[in-house]
Amino acid sequence: MSTLTLGQALNAGLRRALEDDDRVVLLGEDIGTLGGVFRVTDGLQRDFGEARVVDTPLSEAGIIGTAVGLAYRGFRPVCEIQFDGFIYPGFDQIVAQVAKLHARTQGRVRMPLTIRVPFGGGIGAVEHHSESPEAYFTHTSGLRVVACSNPQDAYTMVRQAIASDDPVLFFEPKRRYHAKGDVNVDADLADAPPMGVATVAQRGGDVTLVTYGALVQVARDAAAAAADDGVSIEVIDLRSLSPVDYPTVEQSVRRTGRLVITHEAGQQGGVGAEIAASITERCFEFLEAAPVRITGHDVPYPPAKLEQHHLPDLDRILDGVDRVLGRPNSLTGVEG
Amino acid sequence: MTLSDGRDTDAHLRTDRPAQAASEFVQLLDPDGTRVTAPGYDQWIADLDDAALLALYRDMVVIHRVDAEATALQRQGEIGLWPPLAGQEAAQVGSAHALRDDDFVFSSYREHAVAWCRGLRPEDLLKVWRGVAGSGWDPYELGMATPQIIIAAQTLHAVGYAMGIQRDGTDQAAIAYFGDGATSEGDASEALVFAATYKAPVVFFCQNNQWAISEPVGLQSTQHLAQRAAGFGIPWMRVDGNDVLAVMAATRIALERARTGGGPTYIEAVTYRMGPHTTADDPKRYRTDEELESWRGRDPIARLEALLRSRGALDDDGASDLAREADAAAAAVRAACVSLPDPEPLSIFDHVYAEPNSHVQRQRDHYARYLAMFDEPGPGGEGARA
Repeated sequence: MSTLTLGQALNAGLRRALEDDDRVVLLGEDIGTLGGVFRVTDGLQRDFGEARVVDTPLSEAGIIGTAVGLAYRGFRPVCEIQFDGFIYPGFDQIVAQVAKLHARTQGRVRMPLTIRVPFGGGIGAVEHHSESPEAYFTHTSGLRVVACSNPQDAYTMVRQAIASDDPVLFFEPKRRYHAKGDVNVDADLADAPPMGVATVAQRGGDVTLVTYGALVQVARDAAAAAADDGVSIEVIDLRSLSPVDYPTVEQSVRRTGRLVITHEAGQQGGVGAEIAASITERCFEFLEAAPVRITGHDVPYPPAKLEQHHLPDLDRILDGVDRVLGRPNSLTGVEG
Repeated sequence: MTLSDGRDTDAHLRTDRPAQAASEFVQLLDPDGTRVTAPGYDQWIADLDDAALLALYRDMVVIHRVDAEATALQRQGEIGLWPPLAGQEAAQVGSAHALRDDDFVFSSYREHAVAWCRGLRPEDLLKVWRGVAGSGWDPYELGMATPQIIIAAQTLHAVGYAMGIQRDGTDQAAIAYFGDGATSEGDASEALVFAATYKAPVVFFCQNNQWAISEPVGLQSTQHLAQRAAGFGIPWMRVDGNDVLAVMAATRIALERARTGGGPTYIEAVTYRMGPHTTADDPKRYRTDEELESWRGRDPIARLEALLRSRGALDDDGASDLAREADAAAAAVRAACVSLPDPEPLSIFDHVYAEPNSHVQRQRDHYARYLAMFDEPGPGGEGARA
């Protein structure tokens, strides 16, 4: 067991993947000598060479489009997109090519790409550096979309993503890159929870609180605060946003009867909307209250000095908990 | 231009062009079918004997006939859409004959002749256009990727595949086919950047057929398209795309560069699409009869036929035999097309993912139960719904 930051755990996972399979090739801007702007690929080009860890031209469509060609040739490319807001120039290659080639070729051509994307805010960055674009990709069939929240998951999930024969959008919570945790780097991958499984980050009985990525820690903090108030919150770390592990969420909601979903991305058409609708369909009769979403506002990501008003924090989450419990909250008395 | 105060805004601008005069293209066979020489190119087709020339001619004649049959099948409602290749037979057959079986092709949607030369089965030609499959063939069987509808996206795939060839250390090559319209897309430029940077063993084969649906090539570029490559440091050739010999020589040169570590090459084959972009548009709305007629005089098949006849390699009997063979190929394509069955409804859920996916599986199971309701007797003994 080692104590690693989430960024170091990703680095260890990538290193292990490069060691285990010589068809794994890393592609991205600044990932070589610099080791990536977040140092996630630190030292990998030095140890594996320029053919395995490729510094690319500044071209997101180029990175992903050439990765498609490499996958055609039987390689397992791992693309790093430098920041969430930079993924859009590569969007066509992801949704029209990566996502569809397996189906289009009746299963003949595999697209085992991993596309790593640092995502989310809370680091005081300038525009285009704090976005949460995950819902664009959960809407696209053929892609798997996952988000890690802690060092152990970062280590195992990135290896699972690379080993998967399906393309994976791998979202990394950038404000958690420096968060430390215990990581068992020797554990057998087969013993780890599968990438598509949600985990219960904290047990509780009154309210189910579903989240992923950086907000898992915020949700746990909210649960601790609520416990002081006599409310027991169960925190579920979704880990996989497409597909969603509904059985785990359902099991929890059937016990608590109350569901709050929180994410940094805007509300409209987001992952929370999907989960609220699906859980309502699946266990309507168990719900004591309508599911509540606590999300980023439906606005362009604000300037850094205002981001604390945009990002769900402990208090906004607890306000949502109050809503599903029917306690006084910010919407009490509001009509329409 | 010269401003009113006498200053010349162009004085310091450079418009140097690469050595080859941009208004010219390489030709080895003129429109009359006369073999002409082009230094540096002749040697690359010196090995072509009568049999090899006849093989080129045969493929051009057969695919031209099959292409016409596919257009007819669309008009008769047997397929939904067809992008005819007529006029581009030489560009496609000449380049495809230069390829080795273990090279890999990334094409657009009009390269039926390339697929034909790579061994496409008649029954696979029209699957996509009839709407019974996402891809007509197994890419690894033909050495040719699923044709690309998104303009220029495949140029990057070809470069990536070529980067894979480099890592495998083989002397294979990848080739990307694209049109004049595609040169305006970002992906095409990004592909040139990656190919130049990594010296990827890839050939960029631009079929400049003068029109992107209704937009003339002048709307995509004010310069010859081949010159785009110069800005990326990629060597280029501009050839008569209706001259199968020039196309073949240029492609062989480019492939040899790729195989021997020379990196990417860009070929602009200047040709013309004689028909519509697809069966859905009407070229009479956007181009003149005069233009069409001028290109009819440069027909790629007629000029090779003239050469073959002048060499005594083809006579009327031979031409008749070939016409019968082309008719038979077209009949085979027609028979295969009309007998293609509709796929099973639940097959839409197949291959969305390579690994099990709970979301798709649940939707599939639900839809299977829904469909089964039509088969089960209802409470009254009849179908639940009909």
